[in-house]
Amino acid sequence: MSQTPIIDSLNADFAGLTTSEFRGQTRIVVARDQLHDVLRTLRDEHGFDMLIDITCVDYLNYRDATERFGLVYLLARSDDMRRLTIRVMLSEPDLSVPTVTDLWSGADWTEREVWDMFGITFDGHPDLRRILMPEEFTAHPLRKDYPLQGRGERHNFPVLTREDG
Amino acid sequence: MPVITPDPLTHDESQDYLWTLNFGPQHPATHTTLRIVLKLDGERVVDAIPDIGYLHSGFEKIGEHLDYDQYVTVTDRMNYISPMANNVAWHHAVERLLGVDVPPRCQYIRTIVCELARISDHLVCNGAVGLDTGAFTFFLYAFYQRELIYDIFETLCGARFTNSYTRVGGVTHDMTPKVIGQIREFCRNFPKTIRDMEALLDRNRIFVDRTKGVGVLTREEALAGCASGPVARASGVTVDLRKDEPYLAYADLDFQVCCAREGDSYSRYLVRTAEMWESLKLVEQAIENLPAGPFNLGIDERTAKPDKQAVYTTIEGTISHFELVMSNRGIKVPCEESYSAIEAPNGELGFYIVGDGSNVAYRARCRPPSFNHFALFPQLIRGHTLSDVVAVLGSLNIIAAELDR
Repeated sequence: MSQTPIIDSLNADFAGLTTSEFRGQTRIVVARDQLHDVLRTLRDEHGFDMLIDITCVDYLNYRDATERFGLVYLLARSDDMRRLTIRVMLSEPDLSVPTVTDLWSGADWTEREVWDMFGITFDGHPDLRRILMPEEFTAHPLRKDYPLQGRGERHNFPVLTREDG
Repeated sequence: MPVITPDPLTHDESQDYLWTLNFGPQHPATHTTLRIVLKLDGERVVDAIPDIGYLHSGFEKIGEHLDYDQYVTVTDRMNYISPMANNVAWHHAVERLLGVDVPPRCQYIRTIVCELARISDHLVCNGAVGLDTGAFTFFLYAFYQRELIYDIFETLCGARFTNSYTRVGGVTHDMTPKVIGQIREFCRNFPKTIRDMEALLDRNRIFVDRTKGVGVLTREEALAGCASGPVARASGVTVDLRKDEPYLAYADLDFQVCCAREGDSYSRYLVRTAEMWESLKLVEQAIENLPAGPFNLGIDERTAKPDKQAVYTTIEGTISHFELVMSNRGIKVPCEESYSAIEAPNGELGFYIVGDGSNVAYRARCRPPSFNHFALFPQLIRGHTLSDVVAVLGSLNIIAAELDR
């Protein structure tokens, strides 16, 4: 399914978008400061009313990668299930993007998961806490420099006695 | 260490009359390991704060260390009440990344096991809603039928619960006449039970009173909250990936998308019941039209392991087998990334896979449907009573292993 009209319209509004296609999926790489506006335009003017997922990829050891993280927003239209992938590339030290919880309330937990697993902060998120890992955990486990078996946190979990409870 | 209560709000004296109740992580009605901190005013739920992560096992991290065939064993454990659908979802995504299409017989076999998994998932979900609202007989009816589906899976692949049935480019076992006979028998007998189950609950005064108008999710909330599957369809979002982007054999088969408008727990129950009828129709059509031919991709594509006969008697088979099992060879994937989803019993189950040329995924993101559904829970339960918590929780079908991965 061709997404050309949507991409043409987006290119007219925003400068410097990079579009690529793989196995019938259209991906658009946007800059960090354009992200929120692009997503809002797609939702309000092009009918992409479903945010399927937000995820992140750590390109630390990836071939030919120049940036450290790639943030992925998967969008879909509920009336004809057309899909679009929006990507933002981020590098240390500035790992923050604007939140999209004001556009989709369901982004709340997904953004918390990305923060928990990768340490990417979402500016303006109402409640950015860890979601899967314990609150006192310090690392971001899905980063590529975090070892598979952990750094010994599991052996040093605090023990809660009945009296403390 | 102090007890951590996931309360983002600071202490507010005007709320001191509220009673805080810990629901879970071990509670018979959560059915899995999850925790909700409820703030109660008498029987009324003022606020509910879900706290998840008790079953977090790092499945996505493990996905970066197991190869594309090995990881299927982990997907079994994500949604353990419909593992077949997870197996198919994973390898569907891998094959999309590789750019290969499985043969027609394999597509039909996968469709059949997916739909059987959907029936067993909906049986458990509806049965659990019935159990939590007091209908114990209904639960036993549902569980007996689920056992029959597990018998079919056992005959098919040797495992009842954690099937690990699919492989890149195919499945582990072909459908034998014995399995086909078992599935036909199930299709003959299942309508009687499902009619009994409908007669037990559909117009049951207690059940309807407990679920109708409870936990209403509007269409706008469902879209903003990224709901999918039966939860979204019960709220009037007419999205079903089997129709909207037909994969496997769904384009050839005749079935309907089941939707409701009300968005309450009762309509989620009705949508699931209706979907069982449609799944039964799909299984019947697919089993009668099962194409002949190979059930795995051939030796030339070099994705599925060739059968032992080919390995022992042909040179191509031997080479192909060694290429696939040697740790420094294996499947060649492009340095690319793709997302592919199927309509799992619970909703859209997708995998975002990044390939780096080796036979191990660089990143294997799972998009679990339960995650978004559980995030909706506080807004569904606010203002209802404590006893409605189980009715709403059951109708969302939260599977903690999939929620936390």
